Amino acid sequence: MSLDVAEIKKQFPILDRQINGRPVVYLDSAATSQKPRAVLEAMERYYELHNANVHRSVYQMAAEATEAYENARHRVQRFIKAPSEREVVFTKNATEGLNLVVQSWGRANLREGDVVLLTHMEHHANIVPWQMLAAERNLTLRWVPLTSDGLLDLTDLDRLLDGAKAFAFTAMSNVLGTINPVRLLADRAHAHGAIAVVDGCQAVPHLPTDVAALGADFLAFSAHKMCGPTGIGVLWGREALLDAMPPFLGGGDMIRDVRLDGFTPNELPVKFEAGTPPIAEAVGLGAACDFLTGLGMANVRTHEMQVVGYAIEQLTQRFGDDVTIHGPRNVEQRGGALSIGFKDLHPHDISQVLDQSNVCVRAGHHCAKPLMRLLGVSATARASFYVYNDEADADALCDALADADTFFSL
Amino acid sequence: MPGLEDLYREIILDHYRNPRNRGELPSPPARRAEGFNPLCGDEVVVFLDVAPDGTVDDIRVSGQGCSISQSSASMMSAAVKGKSADEVRALVRAFKAMMSIHEHTLEGEDDGAGATGEGDGAANGVRLGDLEALRGVVKFPVRIKCATLAWNTLLQSLDEEPAAS
Repeated sequence: MSLDVAEIKKQFPILDRQINGRPVVYLDSAATSQKPRAVLEAMERYYELHNANVHRSVYQMAAEATEAYENARHRVQRFIKAPSEREVVFTKNATEGLNLVVQSWGRANLREGDVVLLTHMEHHANIVPWQMLAAERNLTLRWVPLTSDGLLDLTDLDRLLDGAKAFAFTAMSNVLGTINPVRLLADRAHAHGAIAVVDGCQAVPHLPTDVAALGADFLAFSAHKMCGPTGIGVLWGREALLDAMPPFLGGGDMIRDVRLDGFTPNELPVKFEAGTPPIAEAVGLGAACDFLTGLGMANVRTHEMQVVGYAIEQLTQRFGDDVTIHGPRNVEQRGGALSIGFKDLHPHDISQVLDQSNVCVRAGHHCAKPLMRLLGVSATARASFYVYNDEADADALCDALADADTFFSL
Repeated sequence: MPGLEDLYREIILDHYRNPRNRGELPSPPARRAEGFNPLCGDEVVVFLDVAPDGTVDDIRVSGQGCSISQSSASMMSAAVKGKSADEVRALVRAFKAMMSIHEHTLEGEDDGAGATGEGDGAANGVRLGDLEALRGVVKFPVRIKCATLAWNTLLQSLDEEPAAS
């Protein structure tokens, strides 16, 4: 079923906004998505009716707050088809989820000389935490290279995985849009005795997610890229692994007992949720899961393939070789994040001209500097499409790009 | 709303298309400093030949980035060549003052750069000349870091110990 984009747009108050008398063409959902009214209202309702701290007091509102928070966890569990709510840990964002894995699982399991395999297309959030531990523990980091069309080059995967304890990779590149074969990569990692740590920040908002089918051990993602609020993310992990891991942050809620001579950690998942959590944000995330489920994630995927396919086609038709598309052109292999180069114009200059038409794209290195170096560019301009974008938005992008061309050719 | 022509003045585009003093100097003896804009990935490398009396004998700039960062670097290189260390520091101060949004209203400001030539720089007894063309950047606050990148890198290279030869 295809999405009714006109109807969807109406559910996003910010898309009603006009700047200088013209509507906004929001093409930066890979950075953060906009929020539907249902999410905004759920959070407002929580604060107006149920606000109290969770897992603490016995009065009614406290019980309601706890119920709202745990109910959100249940919605996330269903959204990613996790076998148990104990496997759904609320974090600040995907970055914190990945740091949790490195600091908790990594510290407990990685010793000097151990190998961790990463890929050339990772976001800094899936590079730097490993580098931090690698510097401290003297770990070896290896890197899966890329093919010229922006896919992982798996030719030497077995050699790279030989002796590795962990393989950390993104399910979908935030720069190239590339969708990686998570199941295959996780299976190969397991065959070598390595765990599979997946950055799902771009994939979970855009693809149907079934953690059992993915076959990975950890999956981290952020609410704000999937129509939810900022300030909350999720780390899903296999229960046996999470159970065996030491706590990450210490504080309230994550303990069962504290004595002068030590503490006993709480059970999953609150063992990893120290301090008062982002309760309203969890409620917002739960509403976002409902919103996306209502659209149908398979429909979301089909819609994005259509729109990004149309954008690629139009860019190629209108600008030919003047436009460089980084990453796969085949929509089966890519998501809605479309990084482009245009002539020798710098992405900052392109996006500045685009802004005159209220076309919002991201210009920069997208927190993926190793990938930028590999592509031989300092930055790209990235248009990213989501459920509220349609072919008209892709046309607006092309029109604004033509304006940029005219302006800088003069 | 400020228009594109406030930002991309002709002289800026000229320096972007035909950058002055582009390249490298052997270092040592030249001082070398790298500047990064971690937000956008722009990079500027400044090479400075400083005479014993502090005069900037020669300067080269390399790196990559947007038209604002690269043209600002080019204009800077042209402006500081042959100047004494004190003159260079005064120019940097004057330029950074011009780039400070706190000292400017974002709306309705007279941006007749070059036409008046009496900006903050002149108030400090420093003539900014062509650099006045970058005044319009202030109306685009996100781009101020692009314009100041080369200047901060220049300060860094001035503060460097003279490279051992």
